[in-house]
Amino acid sequence: MASLSPPAGRRLLSPSPGTARRKVVNRLMEAIATIAAVLAVGVLFLIVIDVAIKGLPAINLDFLTHNPVPFGQTGGGIADSIVGSAILIALATLLSVPVAILIAIYTSEFASPRASGAIRFALDLLNGVPTIVTGVFVFGLLVVGGQQSGWAGAIALGIVELPIVARAAQEVLDLVPRSLREAGLALGLRRWRIVLRIVLPTAAGGLITGAVLGVARVAGETAPLLLTSSIWSDLSITVNPAQAMPNIPVKIFELSESPSPSDHAQGWAAALVLILFVLVASVIARAAQERSRRRMRG
Amino acid sequence: MRWLSTLAGVGAVALIVWIAEVVFNDASPAISRYGVSFVWRQAWNPTAAGGVGSFGALDFIYGTLVSSLLALLIATPMAIAIAVYLTELAPRFVRRPVAILVELLAAIPSVILGLWGIIVLGPFVANHLEPALSSVLGWIPLFSGTASPFGMLPAAIVLTIMALPIVTAVTREVFQATPRELREGAYALGATRWEMVRMVVLPVGRPGVVGAVILGLGRALGEAIAVTQVIGNTTEIKASLFSPAASMAAQIASEYQSAPTPLNQASLIYLAGILLVISLVVNLVARLYVRRVTVR
Repeated sequence: MASLSPPAGRRLLSPSPGTARRKVVNRLMEAIATIAAVLAVGVLFLIVIDVAIKGLPAINLDFLTHNPVPFGQTGGGIADSIVGSAILIALATLLSVPVAILIAIYTSEFASPRASGAIRFALDLLNGVPTIVTGVFVFGLLVVGGQQSGWAGAIALGIVELPIVARAAQEVLDLVPRSLREAGLALGLRRWRIVLRIVLPTAAGGLITGAVLGVARVAGETAPLLLTSSIWSDLSITVNPAQAMPNIPVKIFELSESPSPSDHAQGWAAALVLILFVLVASVIARAAQERSRRRMRG
Repeated sequence: MRWLSTLAGVGAVALIVWIAEVVFNDASPAISRYGVSFVWRQAWNPTAAGGVGSFGALDFIYGTLVSSLLALLIATPMAIAIAVYLTELAPRFVRRPVAILVELLAAIPSVILGLWGIIVLGPFVANHLEPALSSVLGWIPLFSGTASPFGMLPAAIVLTIMALPIVTAVTREVFQATPRELREGAYALGATRWEMVRMVVLPVGRPGVVGAVILGLGRALGEAIAVTQVIGNTTEIKASLFSPAASMAAQIASEYQSAPTPLNQASLIYLAGILLVISLVVNLVARLYVRRVTVR
């Protein structure tokens, strides 16, 4: 035994033969991981800066406030698409957010753990339904035999928005402290009054954040609108959802498919408007979400 | 309040069933004509059979699978590397900003990614990437053939950009859930950082990473717009990744307006039904995997 211990002791103190190699491998792997992160962030900046550089020259007040000009003429803007998109998104949000909050109330206040888990799962699945399939669904329901309409587009967008807002709302409602609900119960309040007077006001900030997240997501959705609100003939602002409404995503899609460079220039400009809106909304929602999460977890 | 919210909850579940019902109902002309054989029929010709047309999904299923799998082949190692960087390496003050920036990639609307794909990525792929690949790896059929700005490769690159943030976000969450004692145990045994990752973080998180990858796959399979803009929408199965191809979602987006016959339209909707079933299964499997790791 005594003869074994000195070499073992020496090996413990002096670097073992493989140490240099192990350190090199470690450094290499660390470098690869860092490069991957830099690359991903780089791609984001590359695309956003590319859109900005190519879009800025075509953006001016006329582009934002004028309607498109007939085929063959140059100039014109995307005012009709901006208004159309705003209406479609507003309608989709008005349709989906109340339902989403109701779903969240059910899972966090009334449902058994089993039912609540099942609905969470269903929402995740709904979130995984390809948006083009959602488009086909609404197309089959409302457009076939009739015509495209802003309502059809808004409903399709609302279905895309629903699971996002509902999941965010569930997370927020689950963070409302139990003690608040119990205080309400101790005062003899009914469950629905506790929900209306205690739970929802406490979670209000987070619910709004969830809605903003949903808006950011559907603002750029093209596939559902392509089937439900993409064919419009007049080049003016439409405010009647009974007709197909011009919108920015479909506009970009059509401009991108065009062979003409001036259409591409307009496409980049419209893309810049859209990407700015989506990124700003996403960043605000994410920042608010992080803050409220930290605050509520204490 | 109680029954109203219950109704909403049940409605969410019912909505999925309703979507499936409407889609398969509208696809019934194609379903009754081709049945399940639609899946392996290789045909997409609206004027064949005396104007009736002849349709099958094989070209599109092939294009969807190849473009998505290729995207995940690139995105997975990158996502794991980024997640390792974010959980093990990055200084505390850059973790959150970098994580948010990577997730913002997912916020770029697909139609803008497609526009960028047509005008920037496509020419780059055709003029630089594909010639370079074919000069080095040209002896593999995958990397031979004429370079083209539209095709499987640009589609896969666009899908990589879309899937990466999702796979990264879930993988990061999974890695963060690695028990502290296991990490410290590995370090106490003298492991380097990489050895700790290889022997603790990766094996412990594996089911979660598998789930993350499948989740990313679900995202890639269903993407219609960006893919239709760059894949070329050509119904042919070619070995080369450089050639134009087609995918299920992209075909629906590109053809629904111009489908001349009822059978053509029903066949498109049948494609949507197949896509729906595939994505539901993929998402189901992914969630089960992810849940196993993050929920304890």
